[in-house]
Amino acid sequence: MTNTIQEQQGRKGRTITDRDAHEITRVEELAYDLKISDVMNSNIKSLAPDQIMQDVFDLLRQNRISGAPVIENGQLAGIISQEDLMRALAESDLASPIRKYMTTQVKTIKTFEPVVKAIEVFTRTNLGRLPVLDENDKLAGMITKGDVTRGVLVAIRKDYQEEEIRRYRASHLFEDITSDRTSLILRYKIKPGDYVNGGQASSHIKRALVRLGATPQLARQCGIAVYEAEINLVIHSTNGGILRVQIEPHRILMQTTDDGPGIADIPQALQPGWSTASPLARSMGFGAGMGLVNIQRCVDKMELVSSAGKGTKLFMEIHLRPEEKFKAASDSNEAPGI
Amino acid sequence: MNLKEIIANLNLTVLTTPRDFSAITPQGGYASDLLSCVMTGAQPDDIWITLQAHMNVVAVASLREVSAVILTENAQPEADVIAKANEQGVVLLATPAASYQVIGKLWSMGIH
Repeated sequence: MTNTIQEQQGRKGRTITDRDAHEITRVEELAYDLKISDVMNSNIKSLAPDQIMQDVFDLLRQNRISGAPVIENGQLAGIISQEDLMRALAESDLASPIRKYMTTQVKTIKTFEPVVKAIEVFTRTNLGRLPVLDENDKLAGMITKGDVTRGVLVAIRKDYQEEEIRRYRASHLFEDITSDRTSLILRYKIKPGDYVNGGQASSHIKRALVRLGATPQLARQCGIAVYEAEINLVIHSTNGGILRVQIEPHRILMQTTDDGPGIADIPQALQPGWSTASPLARSMGFGAGMGLVNIQRCVDKMELVSSAGKGTKLFMEIHLRPEEKFKAASDSNEAPGI
Repeated sequence: MNLKEIIANLNLTVLTTPRDFSAITPQGGYASDLLSCVMTGAQPDDIWITLQAHMNVVAVASLREVSAVILTENAQPEADVIAKANEQGVVLLATPAASYQVIGKLWSMGIH
């Protein structure tokens, strides 16, 4: 979805960058993705200019609508609304032709335009409905504010269903693929000093685990461990590093690797409250000296391998309890020697 | 006590997109400006009180699944932080009051 947005030329005449894309909510995205034809009402009641205002009265009342397009020779000739009808009623003039009261300067919109175009018109003007024309300028439907709201809500619901389907598919991954030992490996490049995006890889990992069918508790536990490991790379590594997560039906292995600066005194680094974080990192609430301690609390096994001047490797492992195990095709947890 | 009542009683500003706050019922709270402490100490559905307002607050709040974050002493997050919070379903609330005042009021309202 982000890609589509990036490819579009910006609505304010500029290209939307990756950074802007972060600020765009799903509803805004949908306003660009959905076309008028996706949300418009194409089952419309129209009138002819030579019909009389009494016909307008009957049509609006019977169909509980607030306005209708007027068609002449297959072309949109105008629009007639409740307000026009009220003017005719005030004059007791229901026998006059529609032509006398209809609005001919009609603002229209095209089927292939994005929904955001209609939102713009509705907010800029006090119009409540717009006739929709197709590429040959023939009337294809009508769109109201209500149609826009309904269209967006339906699309959001579809999003939700798609997420359910994705979750369903992913949760059967280990069952659907038969091998003596299946693992799923996720890798993330973590940039040094990137406090803004730090934590994103962990969010992705947590979501992946939930989709795979992990219990909420397991997903949280892994989320904490990889978050702390990820933030350590952001705060401390010289050139960033790699966060790697290996998911197997019976265990989760997590690992970070960087190429410096290394840890001089590992027992000291493991002390609660010990931190070498920069004043900048500390001012943002990092560097409590609790990262490795937190990880130890969340995993079954943790190993820190490092020396000053060289890189650091952090290994973490969680063994899944019987009820946490991902359903696998083969029951054997681990084939020896594979 | 639901989040709607908490927002009204503490006169909090809602920074993220409003939703049905009466459906959110925080069970407890946690206060710290140190993110690692929050990762350990906060429980899912807690209210988190902090004066940090940068992007990583959203990551921690979402990973820890807190019910809302109260940013104290007028800590003002950037627009991209609010956008990210909306995307991740994190509720951000703001107040000029200090953390101590906010915690005291929450405690007296029965959020223990």
